[in-house]
Amino acid sequence: MSEAIKALTMPKWGLSMKEGKVASWLMQEGTAISPGNEVLEVETEKISSAVEASEGGVLRRIVAQEGETLPVGALLGVIAGANDTSEAIDAFVAEFQKNYVPPADGDDDAGPKTEVVEIKGRAIRYLKQGDGGTPLILIHGFGGDLNNWLFNQESLAAKRTVIAFDLPGHGQSSKQVGNANLGELTQVVHDVMDALGVTKAHLAGHSMGGAVALEFALAHPGRVASLTLIASAGLGPEINGGYIDGFIEATGRRDIKPHLEQLFANAELVSRQMINDILAYKRLDGVDAALRGLRDKIFPSGKQATVLRDRLGSLSMPIQVIWGEGDAIVPAKHAQGLPASVKVSVLKGAGHMPQMEAAAEVNKLIEAQLG
Amino acid sequence: MQLSKADLLRAYRMMKTIREFEERLHVEFATGEIPGFVHLYAGEEASATGFCMHLDGRDKIASTHRGHGHSIAKGCDVDAMMAEIYGKKAGLCGGKGGSMHIADLDKGMLGANGIVGGGPPLICGAGLAAKVLKTGGVAIAFVGDGGFNQGTTAESLNLASVWRLPCLFVVENNGYAEATSSKYSVSCDDFTDRAAAYSMPGIAVDGHDFFAVYEAAGEAIKRARSGGGPSLIEVKLNRYYGHFEGDAQTYRGVDEVKNIRATKDCLMLFRKRVEGAKLVDAAELNKIDADVLAQIENAVKKAKAAPKPTAADLMTDVYVSY
Amino acid sequence: MARKITYQQAINEALSQEMSRDPTVIIMGEDVAGGAGTDGEQEAWGGVLGVTKGLYKKFGDRVMDTPITESAFIGAAVGAATAGLRPVAELMFIDFMGVCLDQIFNQAAKFRYMFGGKAETPVVIRTMYGAGFRAAAQHSQCLYPVFTHIPGLKVVMPATPYDAKGLLIQAIRDNDPVIFCEHKVLYTLEGDVPEEPYTIPFGEASVVREGKDVTIVTLGRMVHMATDAADNLAKQGIKCEVIDLRTTSPIDEDTILESVENTGRLVVVDEAHPRCNIATDVSALVADKAFDSLKAPIKMVTGPHVPVPFSDVLEDLYIPNAAKIEAAVRSVMGKKG
Repeated sequence: MSEAIKALTMPKWGLSMKEGKVASWLMQEGTAISPGNEVLEVETEKISSAVEASEGGVLRRIVAQEGETLPVGALLGVIAGANDTSEAIDAFVAEFQKNYVPPADGDDDAGPKTEVVEIKGRAIRYLKQGDGGTPLILIHGFGGDLNNWLFNQESLAAKRTVIAFDLPGHGQSSKQVGNANLGELTQVVHDVMDALGVTKAHLAGHSMGGAVALEFALAHPGRVASLTLIASAGLGPEINGGYIDGFIEATGRRDIKPHLEQLFANAELVSRQMINDILAYKRLDGVDAALRGLRDKIFPSGKQATVLRDRLGSLSMPIQVIWGEGDAIVPAKHAQGLPASVKVSVLKGAGHMPQMEAAAEVNKLIEAQLG
Repeated sequence: MQLSKADLLRAYRMMKTIREFEERLHVEFATGEIPGFVHLYAGEEASATGFCMHLDGRDKIASTHRGHGHSIAKGCDVDAMMAEIYGKKAGLCGGKGGSMHIADLDKGMLGANGIVGGGPPLICGAGLAAKVLKTGGVAIAFVGDGGFNQGTTAESLNLASVWRLPCLFVVENNGYAEATSSKYSVSCDDFTDRAAAYSMPGIAVDGHDFFAVYEAAGEAIKRARSGGGPSLIEVKLNRYYGHFEGDAQTYRGVDEVKNIRATKDCLMLFRKRVEGAKLVDAAELNKIDADVLAQIENAVKKAKAAPKPTAADLMTDVYVSY
Repeated sequence: MARKITYQQAINEALSQEMSRDPTVIIMGEDVAGGAGTDGEQEAWGGVLGVTKGLYKKFGDRVMDTPITESAFIGAAVGAATAGLRPVAELMFIDFMGVCLDQIFNQAAKFRYMFGGKAETPVVIRTMYGAGFRAAAQHSQCLYPVFTHIPGLKVVMPATPYDAKGLLIQAIRDNDPVIFCEHKVLYTLEGDVPEEPYTIPFGEASVVREGKDVTIVTLGRMVHMATDAADNLAKQGIKCEVIDLRTTSPIDEDTILESVENTGRLVVVDEAHPRCNIATDVSALVADKAFDSLKAPIKMVTGPHVPVPFSDVLEDLYIPNAAKIEAAVRSVMGKKG
């Protein structure tokens, strides 16, 4: 069999990524690969994650060595058929390297850019990628922002429009949270869809954003094509109130780190840059009040105020629930006992952020649901 | 006060040297070759000259950041000054001070000063030394209208008065403390109003008129030398350039400087007076003009060609020995 | 976040946003507007290097030109702070502290303690420091160690536009006297700065770069020299952790000690003269509290014990640079050259 020879390249995770370091190869030369297989680990300033193969074949050549730091788009390895000659692989590598131009410093403008839409006096930042189909809208959780989807959005945007946005009080959206309850945030989803001309969308929500997506689906079922609830709030009363309070109260690098480490099964993912980014966000005027307001309405006294699990059965659109087995914020047991129509996936080796920690699996699950 | 012809020629040369030194620096600074901050004295020449014409080796002066004129008037070497401003080893301070810190203690020039109001207390000390050592010397603090508001100046006026020191406090009021008008920043109409508070004479003179400055200076210096104590003299004058080179001077009125140059220029007024009274031939003054231009040209050439200090110079001159 | 502005613009923006937010915030200093009482433009300067330009236009009389009388107006700012205003006074060059030091260290710094905790003095003194402008001995000094020495004062040393804005807003909202030190060479430095107001707490160092071999503790302009050195050293396989103190009082002891415990080697880089400066202070801290972690003697890279010279060749020799830092790092790594 002779398949096309394909390049495995340094991915671009998030808008600010310029280069990545090859941490370790998870597969050896000669290993057969299916699309979605994790082939190597790459570290960036912000996070490390696995690079997945987008196409199948055999890992014929490892080009980038462990420890090497390479710009986005650089050749990491070659995937080809088992029968391709090593001369053909050599020629492919040579050709690639001859044509490869690393992104220059000013190339920020070339990639996708976030935009801001003004809705009812509030600025809402969003990032739109991809084109066509029924759009997918990504809703982050408490204290997060659209960058929480940095491993997902681009990949999912290959087949459709994908919109991620910052909820009020988060990221670079306005910090006024109004009533600060789920209803307020649900209305924002409604307004964003209207403002961007989206009549019907697939919704994927993470944590608090899951509860928002679910409440939206209950309120406007005709506008929701499918629901993906990741480590979602709204499916049980328990939540790690210590995390919520700790995240709010922490003012410095040292005191926030242990709280952030609870988010991940692998605490080492909490990098200096991730901590700096979150502190930079928390230090913006209005964020503290916004987070406290949301906490008091949505997670008062260490409990979830709204539990919607009994109403899941009333929805007719496809619904799936994804959880990290090691979730220390919202317990994975909330994935149990749901109506049979709900597809449930509990992922090993992931914590509260499976869309980051197990990005390949989560992307695959979302793709499968969206068809 | 009678001035001999030789005195008149000397005074003219002094003023002209200051003027050409500053005019040339204005041009040279714009080329980017001169580092740091440079504050030009052009327009104010009659003041430094009017005072320093009376001084000799016993006497001391302290200057301001705008110190080139006082230095030249007190006899500092023009070549060495130019080299200093260019940061060269042959400079008056070995390239360590620059324009803002030009000094020659041997000449009784206690330094230009980067600190506004830094000079008056030092001049109290210089006056005290003259008094204790009975040298017959006087000490003059040149201060701007900005510096005359400083606490150090007020304290010095009081101290000089209570100790009856042979000191002069000269306010060179050019109307601007940097970009701020003295109309805004000075509490009284005339600085001389403040003299009464320190029990000393306060005399105001037109700083465009060398003869007026010379006369007022002479009387105050005579008084100081003879044990009569300090005086406060306000010299009202104008600067032709900005606070420092590079100052766009948008705070100044349209044609303000142009009009002053046309009507009140101290060199022009001086010439008019001495030529009108037939005290000096225009040709003699023209010759001085030519000499001075050549002297400044030569000083710039030498300064540009002179070597810079070397690494070995960095750690010297901090203490008697290091 | 992608918006880039300069250090100077970041300071201006912080002042503007705080003045909009809080009517008790006022600015005073020599030519902070520039042009008062003249026939020409009333905001001719906006500060000697234009840092406060535009604020007079926006806020009128809340931006006050002062006579050149540092004792009087710095003292007035201190007094106004005790009486309900939040003044930001500009001491044009840190060197001029000599003219008005009493009002800062005997007055402002002492009130809270001396008056039994009853006094608040929310004054900010913004001031320019550092060599590199050929401005010679009286306009180039790094006198922040003097302020750092004095209990009751907080001393802030932003190295980046991001830090300049966040630390200045923190300084204005802070209820203690803050000396806010701006390096004149950094004014043109560009960096990412959020448009919204934000604060950065005092006493939290920034880990600019992580590394396991050598800890470089530094501050102000030297952060950039140290980062350059660390970049070069990384190519030679030496991984430096670069810590930007951000504030010298309070000082983030934990970050320094944790890092030295990991690396076992310390180089401290400080532009100030070598005696009783931040480098000696940090070195003493580490010798006192983490001596057992050290695998090599501590090295300090500082300006020499001489006034800042005027001549460019001498001033360039005076200022610590990446090459000197690299040499110090190689030395603690036991490598020659």
